[in-house]
Amino acid sequence: MTQQIHRDDEGSKLGMWLFIFNELLFFGGLFITYAVFRYVHQEAFHFAAQELDVWLGAANTVILLVSSATIAMSISTIKMGNKKLTLAFLAITLLLAVVFLVNKYFEWGAKIEHGLFPSSAMLAELGAGDTMFYGLYFAMTGLHALHILVGIVLIGIVLLRVKNNKTTKDNHQIQENVGLYWHLVDIIWVFLFPLFYLIA
Amino acid sequence: MNAESTHMHEENYLKYQGKFKGLLGWIFSTDHKRIGLLYLYSIAAFFILGAILGLMMKLELIAPGKTIMEAQTYNGIFTLHGITMIFLIVIPGIPAVFGNFLLPIMIGAKDVAFPKLNLASWWVYIFGAIVAVSSQFMGDGPPDTGWTFYAPYSFKTNTNMLPAVLGAFILGFSSVLTGLNFIVTIHRMRAPGMKWLKMPLFPWALYATAWVQLLATPIVAITLLLVVLERTLQIGFFDPALGGDPVLYQHLFWIYSHPAVYIMILPAMGVISEILPTFSQKPIFGYKAVVFSTMLIAFIGYFVWGHHMFTSGLSEVSLVAFSFLTFLVAIPSAIKVFNWVATLYQGSIVLKTPLIWAASFLVVFMIGGLTGLVLGSLATNVHVHDTAFVVAHFHYIIFGGVGFAFFAAIHYWFPKIFGRMYDAKTANTGWGIFFIGFNTLYFPMFYLGIKGMPRRYFDYLPEFHGANILSTFGAIILIIGLTIIISNLIKSARNGEPAEANPWNGVTLEWKVSSPPSLENFEEIPTITKKPYDFTS
Repeated sequence: MTQQIHRDDEGSKLGMWLFIFNELLFFGGLFITYAVFRYVHQEAFHFAAQELDVWLGAANTVILLVSSATIAMSISTIKMGNKKLTLAFLAITLLLAVVFLVNKYFEWGAKIEHGLFPSSAMLAELGAGDTMFYGLYFAMTGLHALHILVGIVLIGIVLLRVKNNKTTKDNHQIQENVGLYWHLVDIIWVFLFPLFYLIA
Repeated sequence: MNAESTHMHEENYLKYQGKFKGLLGWIFSTDHKRIGLLYLYSIAAFFILGAILGLMMKLELIAPGKTIMEAQTYNGIFTLHGITMIFLIVIPGIPAVFGNFLLPIMIGAKDVAFPKLNLASWWVYIFGAIVAVSSQFMGDGPPDTGWTFYAPYSFKTNTNMLPAVLGAFILGFSSVLTGLNFIVTIHRMRAPGMKWLKMPLFPWALYATAWVQLLATPIVAITLLLVVLERTLQIGFFDPALGGDPVLYQHLFWIYSHPAVYIMILPAMGVISEILPTFSQKPIFGYKAVVFSTMLIAFIGYFVWGHHMFTSGLSEVSLVAFSFLTFLVAIPSAIKVFNWVATLYQGSIVLKTPLIWAASFLVVFMIGGLTGLVLGSLATNVHVHDTAFVVAHFHYIIFGGVGFAFFAAIHYWFPKIFGRMYDAKTANTGWGIFFIGFNTLYFPMFYLGIKGMPRRYFDYLPEFHGANILSTFGAIILIIGLTIIISNLIKSARNGEPAEANPWNGVTLEWKVSSPPSLENFEEIPTITKKPYDFTS
């Protein structure tokens, strides 16, 4: 049934933007929670934030910003019909995403090793402010990391599609949508970084 | 296209055989009409479950003290009744069934924008439903928090909360995907010439609803996820013992769950706006005002959530603000009611089953709406908060509003959907019994609430006995009416008289295609030149 296969790139893009609104509100619930507890426990948040590794956080910010640039470049190159460069840029994006998660793994590992995790004895001793700070830290960066994982799968799919000539110069809306998703993941981190690492 | 395939696409959607045959041809179909019916059958099945649970609660309340069940069983039953009725029936309800079936046809399209995503939404819905209902059969007993999952009890109780909360979370995805699909469909796929203000009112209602689905659901999704984290990791945001704030949970929950009321009622209003012009053979009165009030209700609906929390210790300023906003949302609702009544005025009224349902919708919706104002004003709210009055109010809105509109819709579009007519006499009898049962069931609860009978109790003081007997009696009448209505529809779907393409003399696009519609709805996409409710030709 060939006549059923119709393509509407504009519609597809609109759908993706709507999904992004939805994601923003999904994180929005957590940002509200953050705002409430930051207001209540200002001092505790100030001191707790000093415990976070600013350099690791900054490195991850740079990594994500660069990966956003590379995925944008991969979209430019697919539009020029340059398959080889597209694959290279997508591979770099994928690599950066993995590096981000590796950093995150060590960061979380260090916190858990120090006994700073939800329901730990250490947090019970430190009090409500720290409990909320680390609860938010794990919930928000955790949900964000989950989005990175999904992003890795999506970018992997696009990579295979480009390789198998399914995503091409004339048919690259899926790649553009994945690009939009990746920028969303990036921009959420841009807000998470100052809220957790730089408020001290 | 060769002759054979032309023929194939003219065949109606009920008979069409695709890649899969039989049941598989339904559950893997991406045809919006089949997906609409998949939703209809699943929602009907859950509705029967929810109605039986409701009847059991009413039977327990026929006399003070323990009648047919233990207190804890009652807690489990009102929780499951709420979860099924809200998350599985009225939230997907009209958009998922009639929206899916009719939206593409009414705007002159062959399908929704993303048919595969549409099928995926149904699968997500079924998956979420299985997870939610499984909470009854595993772990340490059925959940007992009520459908609102209030903190901190929802993570302190030992009952099997996780599947219930996760089920509601998963069902949210289904709702979001349907909303997203509808918005893109309406933006991109309207027939040539159908400008925004030439679009019929049911698609308009679906459009407003879709935005609410898209922008409110994620808030409750994250909130429910946090309840899961509370239960599994003791993350502490809503737990006063760890420094968290249970009132924050209420805020986050109602930021979604109040707009969710509009997810339920806006499509219902859309249905009524379709039926009234057809059965008065006259354009809707104040088309633009109805469109505008639809969008206004969706918008203001976001800012009134605090009226669920008048006794939760909000500041006086926010109480007054929320109360004021609540009164504000009554204005566009009233605009609609006036326009509907004005549509009937001097019309050539044909009193058939869909109009009977639509007219009785107006009655029960008015009762529900006006008692909503009693709850929206601060002083009276404190008096009747968490009493049977609240239960009566929202059943008049949700069951009376949405339920009546759903039955109006099924009796209106039944010939289109199944290509057969139902037995109108039986349908009207069923309506009569149902209407009497409905009012006998819920009206006494206003009285009980004002007299101080709390909601969600399996027991009550002896002075409430009389009204409770009346109410239980009403529940039995209602179930009898429901049985007549549903069995009539099932019988007619199989053996009813074949229906014409346009049995009601309607003018919107769905009446211009065959009954039941062909696989692709239109042989040729129509071009729209006239306003949607033009009866002149």
